[in-house]
Amino acid sequence: MKKIYLLRYIFLLLFILLGTLAMAQTATVTGRIIDESNLPLPGASVAVKGTSLSAPTDANGYFKLSNVPLGAQVLLVRFIGYIPLDQLITVKPGNDNVVNIQLKPSSEQLSEVAVIGYGTVKKSDATGSVDVVTSKDFNQGAVNTIQDAISGKLPGVVITSISGAPGETSTIRIRGTTSINASTDPLIVVDGVPLSNVVPGGTVNVMSMINPNDIENITVLKDASATAIYGSRGSSGVILITTKRGTKDLTINYNVTTSLSVIPKEVPVYDASQFTALVNQVYPTTPAATSLLGDANTNWQDQIYQQAFGEDHNLSIAGTAKNLPYRIGVGYNNSDGVLKTYNFQSTVLSVGLDPSFFNHTLNVHINLKGLYNTNNFANQAAIGNAVNYDPTQPVYNGNTRWRGYTTWTTDGNTNINGDPVTLATANPVAQLDETNNTSTNRRSIGNIQFDYKIPDVDGLRAVANLGYDYSLAFGHNNVLDSTQWVYIPVASGGQKIDYNTNNRNQLAEFYLNYKKDLKSIKSTIDATAGYSWSHFWTSGNAIQSDYNETDYLPAQPYKTEYYLASFFGRVNYSFEDKYLLTLTLRDDGTSKFSPQDRWGVFPAAAFAWKILDEDFMKGNTTFSDLKLRLGYGTTGQQDLTNNNNYPYQSVFVRSDASSQYEFGNNFYYTLRPSAYDAGIKWESTTTSNIGIDFGFFGNRLTGSIDAYYKKTSNLLNVVNVPVLTNFASTLLENIGSMQNAGGELSLHAIIVQQKDWRWQMGYNISFNKNKILNLVGSSGPGYIQVNPNSGIAGTTSGDIQANEVGYPINSFYVYQQIYNQNGKPIEDGYVDRNGDGQINSSDLYLDHSPDPIVTMGINSDIGYKRIDFSFSGRVSLGNYDYNNVAANSTYRGLYSSLGYLSNQTTNASYTQFYNAISTNQSDYYIQNASFFRMDNMNLGYNFPAYWNNKLKLRVSAGVQNVFVITPYKGLDPEVAGGIDDNFFPRARIYQLGLNATL
Amino acid sequence: MRAHKITLITAVLIVIFVSSCTKDLNTVPIDPLVTTSGNVFNSPASYEEFLAKLYASIGISGQDITFTEPDIQAADQGTACFMREYWAAEEATTDECINAWGDPGLVEYHGGIWSDENLYVQLMYERIFVNIAYCNEFIRDANAKLGSLTGTLKTNVTQYVAEARFLRAYFYYCAMNEYGNVPFATETQLPGTFLPKQIARADLFNYIESELIAIQPTLAAPGANEYARVDRAADWALLSRLYLNAQIFTGTLTASSFTPGASRYTDCITYCNKIISSGVYSLHPNYQQLFLADNHNYRDEIILPFAEDGTHTESYGDVTFIIHAAVGGSEDATNEFGIATGGWAGNRYTTTFVNKVFSDRKDKRVILYTSGQDTTSIPTPNVFTEGYLSAKWKNVTSTGAPGSNNNFVDTDFPLFRLGEVYLNYAEAVLRGGVGGSSSTALSLVNQLRERAYGGSSGDITSSQLTLDFMIDERGRELQWEMFRRADLIRFGLFTGGGYLWDWKGNVIGGQATSVHLMLFPLPASDLQLNSNLKQNPGY
Repeated sequence: MKKIYLLRYIFLLLFILLGTLAMAQTATVTGRIIDESNLPLPGASVAVKGTSLSAPTDANGYFKLSNVPLGAQVLLVRFIGYIPLDQLITVKPGNDNVVNIQLKPSSEQLSEVAVIGYGTVKKSDATGSVDVVTSKDFNQGAVNTIQDAISGKLPGVVITSISGAPGETSTIRIRGTTSINASTDPLIVVDGVPLSNVVPGGTVNVMSMINPNDIENITVLKDASATAIYGSRGSSGVILITTKRGTKDLTINYNVTTSLSVIPKEVPVYDASQFTALVNQVYPTTPAATSLLGDANTNWQDQIYQQAFGEDHNLSIAGTAKNLPYRIGVGYNNSDGVLKTYNFQSTVLSVGLDPSFFNHTLNVHINLKGLYNTNNFANQAAIGNAVNYDPTQPVYNGNTRWRGYTTWTTDGNTNINGDPVTLATANPVAQLDETNNTSTNRRSIGNIQFDYKIPDVDGLRAVANLGYDYSLAFGHNNVLDSTQWVYIPVASGGQKIDYNTNNRNQLAEFYLNYKKDLKSIKSTIDATAGYSWSHFWTSGNAIQSDYNETDYLPAQPYKTEYYLASFFGRVNYSFEDKYLLTLTLRDDGTSKFSPQDRWGVFPAAAFAWKILDEDFMKGNTTFSDLKLRLGYGTTGQQDLTNNNNYPYQSVFVRSDASSQYEFGNNFYYTLRPSAYDAGIKWESTTTSNIGIDFGFFGNRLTGSIDAYYKKTSNLLNVVNVPVLTNFASTLLENIGSMQNAGGELSLHAIIVQQKDWRWQMGYNISFNKNKILNLVGSSGPGYIQVNPNSGIAGTTSGDIQANEVGYPINSFYVYQQIYNQNGKPIEDGYVDRNGDGQINSSDLYLDHSPDPIVTMGINSDIGYKRIDFSFSGRVSLGNYDYNNVAANSTYRGLYSSLGYLSNQTTNASYTQFYNAISTNQSDYYIQNASFFRMDNMNLGYNFPAYWNNKLKLRVSAGVQNVFVITPYKGLDPEVAGGIDDNFFPRARIYQLGLNATL
Repeated sequence: MRAHKITLITAVLIVIFVSSCTKDLNTVPIDPLVTTSGNVFNSPASYEEFLAKLYASIGISGQDITFTEPDIQAADQGTACFMREYWAAEEATTDECINAWGDPGLVEYHGGIWSDENLYVQLMYERIFVNIAYCNEFIRDANAKLGSLTGTLKTNVTQYVAEARFLRAYFYYCAMNEYGNVPFATETQLPGTFLPKQIARADLFNYIESELIAIQPTLAAPGANEYARVDRAADWALLSRLYLNAQIFTGTLTASSFTPGASRYTDCITYCNKIISSGVYSLHPNYQQLFLADNHNYRDEIILPFAEDGTHTESYGDVTFIIHAAVGGSEDATNEFGIATGGWAGNRYTTTFVNKVFSDRKDKRVILYTSGQDTTSIPTPNVFTEGYLSAKWKNVTSTGAPGSNNNFVDTDFPLFRLGEVYLNYAEAVLRGGVGGSSSTALSLVNQLRERAYGGSSGDITSSQLTLDFMIDERGRELQWEMFRRADLIRFGLFTGGGYLWDWKGNVIGGQATSVHLMLFPLPASDLQLNSNLKQNPGY
């Protein structure tokens, strides 16, 4: 493998060298750029269209462009705050090409377009809290996922990658967590098709479907006034992705990135000699323990990790064939994981066509995206087992029963071919080698949109949008027999699991849009009304047996669906182009709720005031932009997790073959009434938002500041129900409320804009505080709802997170540790918080939250002539983790009376916990996980254009996950959900990239 | 013109589409495994399948072993099973069992320091009452349909309802035994429409008694029903157990004292006599065989089992738990216990129990495993190799062959068996009940001992037949069969300082505990939700 990559680098270098030899006939163009008062404009940019030639103006407004090709050329003159100008010139040989240009100030400084759902607005006319990231602002070098590309760029958007596995997904939270049991993922809409949040089995990332290279821009709608047009699906924010379209002239772009991933650090554990000494020290009189020690010296973590290579290729062709603008993009990614045997490959095809008919009255947009993805999933249990496997044992001990891999046996390890200790730590190398866990995903998303200008009514359009999202994932997770850790259904029998999932979602939407300039009353109106219908269908099956297929577990087929139907409308009214009002209404129906509670109405209103355009601001020299935004609205949520599509219906569930009961000599399948809440209804979130957009110094410094308050009511919440009143202990009901309050500030500054030097920086800071206001209708504080998904690894009872009124969601639920005078935790020394004289589960309390209170993003882009350097990083403050890895590290854990030894992290020597059993519920292990992470640094060089200025080349080198600064004591502070239990470590990735545009 | 046509067609299409698509919102489950309450009883087999659920919920956690359809929520579905929870409450709180896992819930059990937030206290409570809710639903649904049924189906469903009422009475009995004053509802209260009222323990006693008496005529005659279904003898056996403990159930408990209620030992003897004189049951000659993988063959002694099956009835919380959790150390899980998937190294006897109750190793009910074990004491509860291991329950047949599955066991659990009835009879006579005789009592006890000793060498005399003897004899005969806590309470030994065992009161040598521990607390989770509930004294 390595050799192949080396070859590729050599080719790359040759390519570059050859390019520099190309020459052409050129001339020099000089000139001066002045403003409306004939004053020079320093720092304006002047470029030659279709080339990479560009230069900024100097302090006196002069510019000089060398090597400009002869003949007709278009000069692109840009200066923020001024109307962009494209000037046609004819370049003659020689150096006397002089062009002087006057720019006119722009009243719409921010001409960026924001997609707002069923339409677009100029960013400057947006009334809601809307952020746009365009492709040029994406994090350089982030090739695998969109999440990486925009991480840290958006205030109030917290993106946490689940692990370091290539292609792995990330959690995205916009302005905090708004629900307990409904989805808190934002709605993602790609070219008008909302994606389902259901991740098909065997798939890694919902967004792996979308190649970052195909994206034109990403718009994030954050407050209810913006998301209300998506009504029931907008509560957690909306991310709108728009892909690149066909261009007028043929453009071909090829991009290749190769990468090398390494593990930044390993979990500190005892080496063989330290471990031997420790076991002898702790168990001096237990020969059953000390006799298990071996004489090898194995670093198990070194055995499972590797340096991993990856490559990413993207080719796109855009242009217009006859009258059909088209763009075709193909991406191919092949990445190995730092955990051996892990591999991710995907091929993504994206086609965009924009034909128009009837003299441009009918515009059609066609999008087709296809994904073919294969994964080889490494057995991630190896990560924890590499930490825990006895370092005095060799990887292979020559046995014949366990395929040679060292395996703990019941006779005190004396017979290497003995019976297995099934619950002992599994040999992590064997787990990687003997597992064959692969999946294949095929997914296609597409839509066709008819946009028809109705001829009789000026400004009226009818739009129909038909879309689909189909996917098929299948795979297997097989383990060879003669393995100790798989013993169901056959002891040491290995396993064969075959599974498939099939999703079919359809979408149909119609809407009318009417846009009218009412000059007589200085107003414009932009009104939209429509209807949307979606169907979500999923089915699947899984079949499990031992590896030799002698014994099968019951198959697990499932099939379920739901429908959404919605009416929506929006009116944008603008008066004197200074006062902007948006009213939105959406009426949503879901098949998940009963006919009585099915429909939810979600209204919103927003107002914006362009203060800068007022007369009294005339002559102001301080501001170059000033806009006030006020928004208020309600959104809903019905996206229940776990395919819970019939929560209001009383249903009976028939058992599978494993859960029958015998009467006489016959076995009967059992039939069970399931819990239901006939009155289940919409969860709703009301958001108030106030924001100011501003710009200074001719918009050299721009930014916005927002404050919001979100209150979620009728929380879709799985709560305990009074016993006897239903057919389960817990039930999904609309109980409780929660708030998120916070603020955001984002700044973008062009610090230097000179002839040779450019430097711009972006910074954002967000603050969010989550608090549960009510959990159970009939009671206040004191009621503790344990989070059933927060089990502590290493014990069968004990959840580490809980919810209580007055605390943030999923706060840690722990004993309060007592420390000795040296500051060391005392074993099982806990504060008797309820003062009843004994320490028991009534003394648990809520302490800290896994969610950050403050997050920041910082990015910088410096350019000198053809060289550019950029970096981006993030800060997270106030987030805490439960360090499960350390909590499981005790002297007690060194030896199990089942007959095996376990290595521990070196933290065990600090605590020296030996006997106690509840130490893993101590708040000692709730550790501050604030951090600063330098996400990426990138150095690039743009070559002069070749081949008649057609070929543009750029090479870049970068590092991702450069470094982390944190007080956290575990391996990596950034843990989605806050429970740090041996997750796939994030790699440090070194990259080399080449981009060629023709 | 063409443009006008397009406009018109578009408009018409939109109208048609919109009006048809809102109807899509009326969905019903498309999964063939799921039926709605509206059509479930269209198939006559549904009655039997629903009834099977009521029985199955004694031991299994939900509708599949992969836990996609669990009955109640728990981090570990193994702990969400009635038998595992009830077993832990009756055994792990006593001298018969100390667990090595270090699970906080179990540690609090053994130390007598459980709180109303103890996970085991909560899960057992939730499991008992969800089982009762299933029974209520079955009785309600079946009664509603009875009028429209005819012939054999009607006869069968009538009997199903009586069996469901028995199971409901049994679960209420367990609730009364553990929690005393509990929420109460019958089939007359519709789900989701009410907040259950609390019933006093003595009133619940009366309710259970009246139900068990009322259903007797409808139940099958002793031994006449299918295997593993309730008959009249099971009803009598539960009544005998109920009356034996009547003074506890109808007594008055405060935070610091307990006053027994009226005795019902005569009634206990009455129902023991009915079982014994039915002539259907006899002691199985081999004690150990009652706890092996083929024990479904021993209908001679077992009155009502929970029917286990390694391939059809899979659970981590029934006898599978009892067997796996007891195996560890140097025991041969594969060959000796029939569980090649390995033991869980959790439960073993306290040394106090073995020294006091199992002192005579000639008794074949003393089935210990000591190799590699440090049997002198249990200084470190979480070290499994300290203390005596038990080899009473196994997943091998009487011929030594392994069960049908090497993980999930075939061994049935005898919920009621003749051995208990003999001991109930003898104790009721000793405690002054009438309708029996001391000589019969002595004879019944000696029959059990002759089985245990393989002859009369272990027989006792009438003077040896005392209450002190009886508590130990029950320990020998019924250990690890979910009796110990109630037995110790009835003999006044569970709380207080009269009898100490390893780690009672959470100290190594044991110490006196408060009398209020005779009842578990109602879990905080339900107290918070149901304003009708009042916590038990002392919590």
